[in-house]
Parts: sequence; C-alpha cells; structure tokens
Amino acid sequence: MWQVYALAILMIVGSLVAVHTRYLLSAVISLAVVGLALCVAFLYLQAPDCAITQIVVEVLALIILIRATGVERDMSEIKNRKEIFAYEAIGIFIIAFAFFAFRALSYLPEFGHPVMKVSQEYIRKGLEQTGAANLVTSVLLDFRAYDTLGEATVLFTAILGAIVVLREVGRKKK
Amino acid sequence: MNPLKEPQRGMTVIVKTIAKFVVPPIILFGIYIVLHGHLTPGGGFAGGVIVGSAFILLTLAFGKEVAFQKLKRSTASVLESVGALIFLSLALLGIAAGGWFFLNFLPKGHPLRILSAGFIPLANIGIGIKVGAGIFAVFLTLIVFRVSAKK
Amino acid sequence: MLFFLSFVVFLIGLYCVATRKNLLKIVMGIVIMEYAVNFFLILLGYRMGGVAPIVTEGVKEAKFVDPLPQAMVLTSIVISIATLAFIVAICIRIYQRYHTFDVTEIRRLKG
Repeated sequence: MWQVYALAILMIVGSLVAVHTRYLLSAVISLAVVGLALCVAFLYLQAPDCAITQIVVEVLALIILIRATGVERDMSEIKNRKEIFAYEAIGIFIIAFAFFAFRALSYLPEFGHPVMKVSQEYIRKGLEQTGAANLVTSVLLDFRAYDTLGEATVLFTAILGAIVVLREVGRKKK
Repeated sequence: MNPLKEPQRGMTVIVKTIAKFVVPPIILFGIYIVLHGHLTPGGGFAGGVIVGSAFILLTLAFGKEVAFQKLKRSTASVLESVGALIFLSLALLGIAAGGWFFLNFLPKGHPLRILSAGFIPLANIGIGIKVGAGIFAVFLTLIVFRVSAKK
Repeated sequence: MLFFLSFVVFLIGLYCVATRKNLLKIVMGIVIMEYAVNFFLILLGYRMGGVAPIVTEGVKEAKFVDPLPQAMVLTSIVISIATLAFIVAICIRIYQRYHTFDVTEIRRLKG
C-alpha cells in the first residue's frame, strides 16, 4: 500500500502549495494536482467507478475555476492585513478540532478491515437479486435508489441556482 | 489568446483540427460507459459527465456559436428535465406494476449480458442524459456571462 | 495512518477557509475539504487484498471491497461539481457588484 501513502503525501503537499502560493492560477493548478492524485489513489483502492468520475469532474472543475480566476485582471494574491488575535483564534480552533477528531479516529475500525454488516448482504445477493454484475451500480440504482433520487434533486437545484444567479433576462439595468 | 475571455472566436486551427477528430470518439466512449454501466465500471454519472465534457471541448475549441448550433442552452435544460423525468417515471412504474416505489419490475435476464439487470440500464440512460445536459448547461451559463471590467 | 493523512488534508482545507482573504482561495479550501472527505470514505471501505466489486465471468466468490461507500462517493463527486459551479456563479456576481474578491473589502462596503 505504499503507493497510497505516497499519493496521500502528494495530496498534502499539493494542497499546502495551493493554500500558500501567491498567484491564483498556480493555486488552481496545484488543486488539480490534488484531484488527480486522488483519482489515482481511487484506482489503487479498487474503486474504478469513482476514479472515472473523479478524473472527468476534476478537469471540469479546473475549467470552471480558471474561468473564475480569469475575471480578475491581475491574478496575484490579495495582501493579508494583520488582524489582532485572528490567527491565534484560528490556531486554537484548529487545535481543538484536531484533538477531538484524533480521539474519534482511535474508535474507527482498523484500516483494511471494515465493518461490512449491510454490504455482506449486497455482495452475496446483489447479482441474483438485481442481475447487475457491477455491484456499485446495483447499490446505486436498486438497493439505494432513493439516495440517487435525492442526489438528482440536489444536482437539479444547484444547476438551476447557478443559471438563475447569472441570468441576464429580466434584470434591471443599473 | 484566452478562449475563456473571447468566447466568440474559438481557438487556433491546430486545436480545431484535433478537436474535430477527438470529439466523436469521446462521445462514443461516453455512450459506451452509460450503456455498459451494469457490467463494467462506470454508469450514468461517469458517462453523462464524459458526454457533457465532449460538448464543452467543442465550445472551447470552436467558440460558442458552433456549439449553439449543435445544442442550444434551452435544449440542454429541457434534456436535463427529460432525464430526471425518465428516472422518476421508472420509479413510479414500479407502483403501477403492482409493487412499490423503485421496484425492479423488468425481467432480470441472463447475468453478464447487456440485456440484463431489469430497469437498471434504462435508469442509467436517464441519469446520463440528466447529468450530461446539466453540466453542459451550467458551463454555458458560466462562459457566456460577461463581466463588465470597468471600475 | 492513512486515516490520519486524509484528516491532515481536511485540516489544510479548513485552515485555508479560515485564514485566506481572497474569495477564490476560500472556494479552493472548500474543494480541498471535499477531496479529503471522499478519500476518507473510500479508505473506510477498503479491504486488505480485496478486488473491485465487479462480478466477472468465472470469478463468482471473490473477496470484494465494500461497494456501499463507493456508491455514495460517486454521487458526492457529481454533486460537488454542481455546487462548485453554483459557488463560482455567486462569486462572479459579487465581483461584478464590488469589483474585488477581497473579503474584508466586501464586508466593509456592505456596512
């Protein structure tokens, strides 16, 4: 599993660069590095469905973010003004968050040995009950189709919201 | 030349030529991913996004006029609603067939063939139409919108 | 250990959202957090020596990894692209109104 460790470290480095670089375009490209490393990690973790979707979505996210950064003429970072106590407060918050989350991590099952109470049934009966060879599809569209319906609703609402926010027709001219 | 700032003109002749050759195989691959969703990795979500991204490549390479000739934004919105309605009506047909919501009412067929798994391929097609058209519609909205740059 | 690394990625995204002043940097922090959560969910479903949950000819009783988190993450990825487009649309509208991406500037102008 050393490949997944290497990809996780690459993700950490990429996100650090994305946070700290001065130019917005470099930040967007570092973000794409994080997404593509995640895609390869999905392949190593035996999730090819997620890998296919992730790589296409990553490219689209890159295009959308470049569109957003292209709006500004100079693509450099806005100067951070010093605010009293702001960094200290954020540091304390992140440390507290990390403390409780690491406590919670110790209660999780060990890596590589998941608790598969429901999934055992899906794996055992998936093929004969749905007839689909791809068990992810059988979970997505048969056993848990309500989730997919909700997902379709969320997708519809988000796209509707984006179109309405950027609409030209019916807006008053300033 | 930044095509995102000048959406009318499109890119250079090299990009246009390559895009002309590349776009049909991408669309074909997306349709393959959708139709084989119950046998191989992929499915409605992945295939729909692939088909949508092929149209986005067309828009970026040739400018928005050519892409509008292929698929208008209103048509894309209508297609998205049609995909959602296909999925929902499949779910309701389960009740009509004398069962419950999302009953897999079609015959299962022989496993590992393309005509198997009941209504899952049809639902995949609905999801694929919905996701692809939706992604393309939101992309067109983002690209066509012009920001007034003056202070 | 891998859980720990995915959690570090999440914390970096949180740090980015909390400290940056640029609106687009905040959007990038949100995207980093989405990646971290997807990575964590897939890690939870992995099984040592497992294979992808796809039945092929001949292999009927293989040791499959958990298909449930994969299905959920698949929907989550597609939702994330739609919400990203929505957020970017709002950011472009804010830029058109205030001619800046600086969060403190926007707050000051709002009053």
